[in-house]
Amino acid sequence: MEKILGTETVKRGMAHMQKGGVIMDVINAEQAKIAEAAGAVAVMALERVPSDIRAAGGVARMADPRIVEEVLNAVSIPVMAKARIGHIVEARVLEAMGVDYIDESEVLTPADEEFHLLKSDFTVPFVCGCRDLGEAARRIGEGAAMLRTKGEPGTGNIVEAVRHMRKVQAQVRKVTLMSDDEIMTEAKILGAPYEVLKQIKKEGKLPVVNFAAGGVATPADAALMMELGADGVFVGSGIFKSENPEKFASAIVQATTYFNDYDLIGKLSKELGNPMKGIEISKLAAAERMQDRGW
Amino acid sequence: MAGKITTIGVLGLQGAVEEHIKQIESIGLHGIVVKKPEQLEQIDGLILPGGESTAMRKLIDQYGFLEPLKQFSDNKKPIFGTCAGMVLAANKLVGSEDSHLNIIDITVKRNGFGRQRDSFEAELDIYGIEKPITAVFIRAPYIDKAGENVEVLAKFEEKIVAAKQDHILVCAFHPELTADTRFLKLFVQMIEDYKQIAV
Repeated sequence: MEKILGTETVKRGMAHMQKGGVIMDVINAEQAKIAEAAGAVAVMALERVPSDIRAAGGVARMADPRIVEEVLNAVSIPVMAKARIGHIVEARVLEAMGVDYIDESEVLTPADEEFHLLKSDFTVPFVCGCRDLGEAARRIGEGAAMLRTKGEPGTGNIVEAVRHMRKVQAQVRKVTLMSDDEIMTEAKILGAPYEVLKQIKKEGKLPVVNFAAGGVATPADAALMMELGADGVFVGSGIFKSENPEKFASAIVQATTYFNDYDLIGKLSKELGNPMKGIEISKLAAAERMQDRGW
Repeated sequence: MAGKITTIGVLGLQGAVEEHIKQIESIGLHGIVVKKPEQLEQIDGLILPGGESTAMRKLIDQYGFLEPLKQFSDNKKPIFGTCAGMVLAANKLVGSEDSHLNIIDITVKRNGFGRQRDSFEAELDIYGIEKPITAVFIRAPYIDKAGENVEVLAKFEEKIVAAKQDHILVCAFHPELTADTRFLKLFVQMIEDYKQIAV
């Protein structure tokens, strides 16, 4: 009986196990343990959360492997880490370290402005950001096993994540209703691989799990994204930049599972303390918009 | 209570819930997502899905599921745990004092087959199923020890990956990620047997 590693089913399947859950950004073992205890389904090991990356400026790179290692040893839930867009070696290093999922992320400074990673080449699965179906389908074409909205990371402002989720959902619905002879033209318009669109039409949905990310700051934000059809939620700065990380983490987990129980979300939102301080998107200079990185 | 059509619940706190529901419906049965303990009264059998056992356990405690789930099992109603669901069902976990539901006499090693990069597919022979099934193992646990009343249904590399004790069925892999419903049908048979006795 032969063992086949890193198949598409195994890579995409891993993301299915995360569904309905919350993946939290952490920068050390202590935060990772808080996240796990609050019911996170995975943690994203980083050197800085996105809002601090914004504040620090300069080039943002893969985290120090010591931090990733520390988090890997601290928790039993899966550990994700970010590599720069197109940075083959950062991704290979994270894979060699045994990270469970790699985020080829626009939160870090891109290493390649033209080419994303050929993710199908790796055994480890990848998650990538998308703003619309064209971008989503291109990442799937390269081998991404999971998607997330880009949103606008580190802003605590949900508006961009909402825009991206609605856009992808609307475009998926459109493809689903198209006749077969319209798909190629749609592929051309979106810049999307034809085969991926055909598969979407056939199955009536994206072939991979699609989470919300980039701006989730409150339990109601998480529930909103679930209501809009997200399969789960990434929370970056929203947990550990809030006044009460334990309470925020636990409340966001519960609000994600029970996203249409509004009485409950009301109770969960009561006296949580201050969420992270947000940023109005129009106040961001063009160069500060992380979502415009990658294509 | 339960109508003529067999109704299978899937514990819907987190994880691959929809995937099980789809399989249940594909064989003509009724599947419901169980998010509140009182829903357990509407179902003939329960699936504990794959996902993260620590996250699910947290919500089990917060939403008062622990006793009702144990009661469901005490009533001999069939329960099927896949992957994290098997971890939840086990009497003991290797390297941990905290087990969860304690409804099957097995000791489970979490992530026994390793991390995600070690996740794999393999053709697997199952006792009671004629031809091998494609088993999908994702950060999969295995059964380190099984009590004498536990029936071993499958082994991979000498490790127990599927087992049954009375009304409890567990497996380390994910039948719900394939189109093959033969493993699910083992569970459906257990439900049918239970309904015969219960009548």
